Amino acid sequence: MKFSHFLTSKKIGILAFLAVFFTFLNVNAQNHGQEHATDSAVVEQVETGHHDSHEEKKFDINTFIFHHIGDSYEFHFWGHGENWTGLYLPVILYTPNGLVCFSSKEFHLNDDGSVVVEKAGMRFAKAHGKIYYAAEEAVHGSYVHHEKNDKGKEVVTNTRPLDFSITKNVFTIFFSVALLLVIFLTVASGYKKREGKAPKGLQSVLEPIIIFVRDDIAKPNLGHKYERFMPYLLTVFFFIWINNMLGLVPFFPGGANVTGNIAITMVLAVFTLIIILFNGNKYYWGHIFNPPVPWWLKPLMIPVEIFGIFTKPFALMIRLFANITAGHILVLSLLCLVFIFSSLAVAPVSVFFVVFIGAIELLVAFIQAFIFTILSALFIGMAIEEHADH
Amino acid sequence: MDLLIPEIGLVFWHTISFLLLLFLLAKFAWKPVMKAIGERERSIENALDAAEKAKQEMARLTSENEQLLKEARAERDLILKEAKEIKEQLLKDAKDQAQVEGNRMIEKARIEINNQKAIAMTDVKNQVSKLSLEIARKVLNQELADKSKQEALVGTLLKDMKLN
Repeated sequence: MKFSHFLTSKKIGILAFLAVFFTFLNVNAQNHGQEHATDSAVVEQVETGHHDSHEEKKFDINTFIFHHIGDSYEFHFWGHGENWTGLYLPVILYTPNGLVCFSSKEFHLNDDGSVVVEKAGMRFAKAHGKIYYAAEEAVHGSYVHHEKNDKGKEVVTNTRPLDFSITKNVFTIFFSVALLLVIFLTVASGYKKREGKAPKGLQSVLEPIIIFVRDDIAKPNLGHKYERFMPYLLTVFFFIWINNMLGLVPFFPGGANVTGNIAITMVLAVFTLIIILFNGNKYYWGHIFNPPVPWWLKPLMIPVEIFGIFTKPFALMIRLFANITAGHILVLSLLCLVFIFSSLAVAPVSVFFVVFIGAIELLVAFIQAFIFTILSALFIGMAIEEHADH
Repeated sequence: MDLLIPEIGLVFWHTISFLLLLFLLAKFAWKPVMKAIGERERSIENALDAAEKAKQEMARLTSENEQLLKEARAERDLILKEAKEIKEQLLKDAKDQAQVEGNRMIEKARIEINNQKAIAMTDVKNQVSKLSLEIARKVLNQELADKSKQEALVGTLLKDMKLN
């Protein structure tokens, strides 16, 4: 284990502490949020099925926050009701009758299942930001039905089609991919144009970071074989970083909670896992299937080691997801203070804290990209390490 | 719990996008960029090495120059010394030769003088003998006249001759 070198630096130590601190903070917020979101407000609203003016006046923070950190079929710019301005994104559903594509505009921004869209002989309704097969009959005006499960929580009973829609997050992924391509192809062309010369412009901004990834992430963890993994590490680093930063931008094309979405972090962690599994050498596998312990411990250790293969990427997945989601929840909660107190006087305090947390989030955006990359490098390095003894 | 359940659509699109991004960046960005950075680092290293070498070479040349200068100086001193020696030698030789020549000339002069002296003496002797003969003749002539007088005269003449 080569953790020591980045704990020696005081600065990084403090940052790490902050990151850990906010992780915990975050997990708490999340638990509370989820319980409330599913338990009370949202479901109640949907069940009653009528969004009258009285209900709208009561500001529901949980719905607001979870709407913002969740995915959606529209990219909302500003305004509500009549003045709603935004981008309707395409809905793509894989159903038994084939692919069904239509614009999310057809739901008329409805999110309680009361609007039914008929396509290819099937009926769809949208509730809680998800598309379901609409039920035959409406209950309380909604074609999406709910039922209490064993734990007493309301769950939707309707089935869902396989949903390949270009949602807000998918749109942002495409956008960030395009952005990354533009940035790094420009940088690469700079290297071709001014071969062997000092970097210039964008090139000189990004070169230190590329060298940082190479010298501080790849080389110490991967040793002399680092070059093979550089493309993956660099891509992951910049992808996470740019999406973290886009998530902090409160308006289009930012604002989507991409790296705070479990699906995205899962895919990234799975990539790391695949790289580990395909590059692990005989020492790595030997350590798992023939751990250096007394024979009678082996039946215990082998399952533990096999479990260990999956806990590492799992930790990567949860860490990034939790940190970024936490950041978003924190910023939104602070902003919501204004609405909780229903007073403009709170605004300066609220804005001050949001700016403060925003600055920290800017750091966290970098640190989480760094941590994901360095831990990926570390895990890969452990799998490819050449050593006879342990 | 919605937050913790990955959506199949997102997984699908993200996998595709990320693989595409990875492929494109690896091929068109990371490869040339890493190569360029590596090459530049190498070239900088080489340049530094070359500079270091040049510095050493410079130092070597400087010390060599100094050595050369020192040698040249030593040689100059040697030449000067030799020249001085030669000069002194020459002077000495010239002096010696002059001495020898002078001595020889003096010797020659002496010999010449002696010769001349001898010649002069011979001459004087001849003259004296001539005079003597003259005197003798005159004396004889007088003797013939006056015997006493002749004798007196011979006596005086002889006295004079001695003085001479």
